[in-house]
Amino acid sequence: SPKMQGVAASVSESLGNIRPWLQKVTTQAKTTDSKYFTTTRKGEIFELKAELNSERKDKRKEAVKKVIASMTVGKDVSTLFPDVVNCMQADNLELKKLVYLYLMNYAKTQPDKAIMAVNTFVRDCEDPNPLIRALAVRTIGCIRVDEITAYLCDPLRKCLKDEDPYVRKTAAVCVAKLHDIDPLLVEEQGFLDALKELLADSNPMVVANAVAAITEISDSAQTDTAADMLCWSGQLINKLLTALNECTEWGQVFILDAVANYTPTENNEAQNMIERVSPRLAHANAAVVLSAVKVIMKLLEMLDPNSDFVVSTIKKLSAPLVTLLSSEPEIQYVALRNINLIVQKRPDILKQELKVFFVKYNDPIYVKLEKLDILIRLTSAANIANVLAELKEYATEVDVDFVRKAVRAIGRCAIKVESAAERCVSTLLDLIQTKVNYVVQEAIVVIKDIFRKYPNKYESVIGTLCENLDTLDEPEARASMIWIIGEYAERIDNADELLESFLEGFADEQTAVQLQLLTSVVKLFLKRPTDTQELVQQALSLATQEADNPDLRDRGYIYWRLLSTDPAAAKQVVLAEKPLISEETDLLEPNLLDELICHIGSLASVYHKPPAAFVDGRGGGQVAKATKGLPSRLAAEAGGAAAAAAGAGGGDFGAGTGAPGRPAVSVIPTQESLIGDLLDIDMSGGATAAAAMAAASASTNQQPVDLLGEGLDSLLGGPAPSATSPVPPSGASAAAGGSGADSLADIFGGLGGGVGGGLGGGGGFDPPMETWLPAQKGKGLQIEGRFLRRGPQLSMELRLRNNAMQQLNGFAVQFNKNSFGLAPAQPLAMNPLAPQQSVTTLLPLNTKGPVQKMDPLLTLQVAVKNNIDIFYFACLIPMYALFTEEGDMDKRVFLSTWKDIPPENETQFNLGSYAHDADTASTMLRSFNVFTIAKRSVESTDMLYQCVKLTNGILVLAELKIVPQTNAYTLSLKSRHVEIYPGVHEAYLAVLKG
Amino acid sequence: MIGGLFVYNHKGEVLISRVYRDDIGRNAVDAFRVNVIHARQQVRSPVNMIARTSFFHVKRSNIWLCAVSKKNLNAALVFQFLYKMLEVMGSYFGKINEENIKNNFVLIYELLDELLDYGYPQNTDTGVLKTFITQQGVKSQTKEETTKITNQVTGQIAWRREGIKYRRNELFLDVVESVNLLMSPQGQVLSAHVSGRVLMKSYLSGMPECKFGINDKVIVESRRAADSSSAAGATKSGHIAIDDCQFHQCVKLSKFDTEHAISFIPPDGEFELMRYRNTKDISLPFRVIPLVREIGRTKMEVKVVVKSNFKPSLLAQKVEVRIPTPLNTSGVQVICMKGKARYKASDNAIVWKIKRMGGMKEWQLSAEIDLLNATDKAKKWTRPPISMNFEVPFAASGFKVRYLKVFESKLNYSDHDVIKWVRYIGKSGLYETRC
Repeated sequence: SPKMQGVAASVSESLGNIRPWLQKVTTQAKTTDSKYFTTTRKGEIFELKAELNSERKDKRKEAVKKVIASMTVGKDVSTLFPDVVNCMQADNLELKKLVYLYLMNYAKTQPDKAIMAVNTFVRDCEDPNPLIRALAVRTIGCIRVDEITAYLCDPLRKCLKDEDPYVRKTAAVCVAKLHDIDPLLVEEQGFLDALKELLADSNPMVVANAVAAITEISDSAQTDTAADMLCWSGQLINKLLTALNECTEWGQVFILDAVANYTPTENNEAQNMIERVSPRLAHANAAVVLSAVKVIMKLLEMLDPNSDFVVSTIKKLSAPLVTLLSSEPEIQYVALRNINLIVQKRPDILKQELKVFFVKYNDPIYVKLEKLDILIRLTSAANIANVLAELKEYATEVDVDFVRKAVRAIGRCAIKVESAAERCVSTLLDLIQTKVNYVVQEAIVVIKDIFRKYPNKYESVIGTLCENLDTLDEPEARASMIWIIGEYAERIDNADELLESFLEGFADEQTAVQLQLLTSVVKLFLKRPTDTQELVQQALSLATQEADNPDLRDRGYIYWRLLSTDPAAAKQVVLAEKPLISEETDLLEPNLLDELICHIGSLASVYHKPPAAFVDGRGGGQVAKATKGLPSRLAAEAGGAAAAAAGAGGGDFGAGTGAPGRPAVSVIPTQESLIGDLLDIDMSGGATAAAAMAAASASTNQQPVDLLGEGLDSLLGGPAPSATSPVPPSGASAAAGGSGADSLADIFGGLGGGVGGGLGGGGGFDPPMETWLPAQKGKGLQIEGRFLRRGPQLSMELRLRNNAMQQLNGFAVQFNKNSFGLAPAQPLAMNPLAPQQSVTTLLPLNTKGPVQKMDPLLTLQVAVKNNIDIFYFACLIPMYALFTEEGDMDKRVFLSTWKDIPPENETQFNLGSYAHDADTASTMLRSFNVFTIAKRSVESTDMLYQCVKLTNGILVLAELKIVPQTNAYTLSLKSRHVEIYPGVHEAYLAVLKG
Repeated sequence: MIGGLFVYNHKGEVLISRVYRDDIGRNAVDAFRVNVIHARQQVRSPVNMIARTSFFHVKRSNIWLCAVSKKNLNAALVFQFLYKMLEVMGSYFGKINEENIKNNFVLIYELLDELLDYGYPQNTDTGVLKTFITQQGVKSQTKEETTKITNQVTGQIAWRREGIKYRRNELFLDVVESVNLLMSPQGQVLSAHVSGRVLMKSYLSGMPECKFGINDKVIVESRRAADSSSAAGATKSGHIAIDDCQFHQCVKLSKFDTEHAISFIPPDGEFELMRYRNTKDISLPFRVIPLVREIGRTKMEVKVVVKSNFKPSLLAQKVEVRIPTPLNTSGVQVICMKGKARYKASDNAIVWKIKRMGGMKEWQLSAEIDLLNATDKAKKWTRPPISMNFEVPFAASGFKVRYLKVFESKLNYSDHDVIKWVRYIGKSGLYETRC
């Protein structure tokens, strides 16, 4: 080796000489294609047309290039379609590719002309050159014209079995393209099977592309059969993990992302998977590393957290994550956003790596801000000195956002590490001395939080704060300062003067400041009643008489009444001891965090939002798609159902704030929570309460004994938690308090968003069984079922099959709260189930269960327990199962009810045409408890007036119009609850279709 | 997956626009221009959502490269791909700039057709792409030739073709380390790490199997444990503890995981075999000692001492120290013992260049900076750190190549016939001292 060192210098010269071979191609490609980018001239299109039809090949090629250049810059060259297509038959591959490019862009706008290209495509799919075959099949899938799609099937089928792997890997992706255009066609033509066969292909790239295609298709699967077919089995996953070694870096990502969707059934399997995925952590491609991290993070959930294996696996994760921070800044950013999640889920992983998150001067701002966030999460008493020194440094930087965040971070350090609080406060005071406006304001906001955490400890700084009153121009800083004055009114001699000065500009302040000002003045009054009476009257009259904001007015009136009826009570309420604020802020809500962990590396992890929040749902229709959740140690497959249940719970909290269906529980203190602060349980206080509730609901979901939601139920129905005020104010706490009521009016009244979803299945009186729990998700237990109504009795028929190797026993079933309060009327009577045995049982239902509006409305979440585990699944209740026997009513009552319902509630549906006449239809519908109240014929058009009563007493009145010649059925529905229309409509369709 | 790919010049004009998915329309092209390229403020994120469409961008000189999607796709993959695309384009036509892109737009479209299918990255290896995307047409190729190409594009060893022959079997290894440092004004190391790369140029015949040995503690120890016959008392020193390493596609990762052996069949020509990161026992080649004194409002005194901290026999090259100056600097007087120092107003810095510097030396620069009377105190100077650039002929982490063995069973050359060259280069990464 020393000998090698010696020659190093001479070698360096020879190394330099090797570079030229790389550049050879460069010089070759030195053309002057840029000339095609010249600006438009008049008559250019006409000239191009002539050139495209030129006799000379080279001229035609030039012309096509010009067309593509025009297309690139956004000019419309679609009128040249036939001329360009004419050039398609060229034997020049380069030209062919350009023409194909043109076709992909314009075929959709010119479907009738695009058909001209079909023959060439079909011919190219048979070309002896595999590159051309692949090119053709790749392009044809991108041409979204129905007429062409029809011609695609045969060539595609051949290409899927082509002898050349290059063609097969292209064909695999083409199946996904075709599925996007016409999913049913793909199923009918058996392409899904063909795709699945490709998973066993000898060529790794074919396998990888097949995996990508299957993942995409199953994400948007339209039918259960498709979804089931594409479900990964343990065996298949095993094969894929073997193929991992031979794939390209991208192929590895496809496979790892697919593997991440699979939840193994046994701990051994999970451990084995982790062992096989871990080597990927050393891959040079960040996407491979992150996807491997995702798989491992998910599987770790299933294993005993104290086992040596888990401990050593966690150790393995830290170094690769740190390494990601030496990649390009954009990749660093993605990595940091993910590390932010990982640190919240498993703080141990990066505990020792604090220093790598120190900000570098030249880091792009987005990297700096993320690093700062993580830095704070990793701060502890052990490293606080280092962190504080860094933060102080950052607070002098240039970027305003970054500086603000740094200042805020210092405050968070103080709250998190008590021993350092004093140092933090003095650092903040130093920063206030700089008089840099936004630094001062930010510092005051965080000092308020410090006061909250350590009451009566640092009041000595109030003097310094008051010096800066004039410079505060941001609402949050003003509100914070006013809060401090009110809170410490008895120690600030001129508190009344200060508040009075704020009161002068009351009308110009933002609501948050106004509310805070009102509260602080009342506090001052309660503490120093003798000399502040005038002030409080002024504030109250400003709030109640001059203000337009209802929140402000209401708060003003409440204070007024409190003070005038019982000042002692007012004192108790307004000056009540405040709950402690939590140490950790900005934490993600736990269910969301778990969901995001399942999306590591993806956009969701960058946005910190669930995919549903930014991806337009497609194909959510028939196949119930549960959000991704982490598997738990208790129930491997609980993730989906639990997450769904929690999501619904979140909707409850959010009802008051107008965001139904989305978890509105926010641990992040926001401006809004300040508004909702009547009794000074401000910001983090409210957040803590909400967090406590979120935590409580989360724990209920995981309790093994209480199958579903009963704990949640009592939490919601019972009195609001003590942290929330006894007087329901506005905003978040109002939502928490008010949502407990489970009356129907509450469920359907007010906010009901669009209720989507239709009937699964359909069919006659006895609909076919649907698979609700596939065996691979039920650890061998497969459940099929349907809803039946026999007379007044509604039941659920279940067929349970044991595909496992052992006996299953100890069955129990429980329903989550649902829109119609369905619940089992008696326990599930089941004998032990031997392996490979199946049994059908009838479970009578009643509607006495707890009620909660679901979205879709008819969703029913069910938990089934046996000796192995608890399994969760969701199914849709067919609406007609809910039609009761009591639907009959007097004609006059019908008429008056019809009139009572406002006309805007009436909605019309075209049902199509059916062979049956009015009487047959009436009889058919009667057997489903749709009662015909009256029949009328107007000019040979039959009108049936019908009534349906749902189990919860909701009445639906219907007018069914049947035109005899065409047999066209039109249905008009009228009810006070329009949400149920889609369900009723579906029910009519199902009955009439027989 | 990726729904579309756009390339813009600095004005926001579209140079390349390739849409892969139906959910991306032409308006997406404009949305990015309006909201990001023409945005008034500095772009604060490489990922932007505009009207439920996500835009990922990287910028190279004046060129914006932007990928678009409406799905929840793998973000890490998108950026890795964009960088790969820059690399591929760079190796086809050199520098990424507007002129080159316009000149090669047909080639770029052809590449994009091959690199992505329906937005899924396919084979992106430059060497392989060059075998069949040549802008020459493939009409003349025989069946054998095309099969060879397609096998290589999709094959297990996608990075190497069969039948390579060299008269002289030769390989070059460059260990290139970049040394990163952040030091406090008092000389305390706030953070330091080395990110190293092992670059290899291989000119070997056939399909050679290579085994690579380095002085990493874990690797060495596990080797020794596995190989009990070797003397247990062998030198214990000289081993380093690598925090983490990553390998080129060709390295068998599962083998590394189980046996700690780095074995691979190398691509032909130049490639990056390995990347590693090290934070322990780094020998920092230089130390910068700053002394900044503000004398009143209009004057500053700066003294900077640079110490070289390596064997006197070695020579550092291209040494450069950048000392930032306030924005309101009106004049600078510099004195330095060695090298050349100049105030560069455009960079707001004093740049001190030293061509060569031996080990264990200590040189000093002092400067007086005149300032205009600062009017706006909000624009306070924030004292950016002093940064350094250099190149030294050793690995600061202590990384050593222990061996590289070549086995090619089918051809008649052995490990001894291969001529091997190794060299070590230590470069500065972000090498900063706060002042």
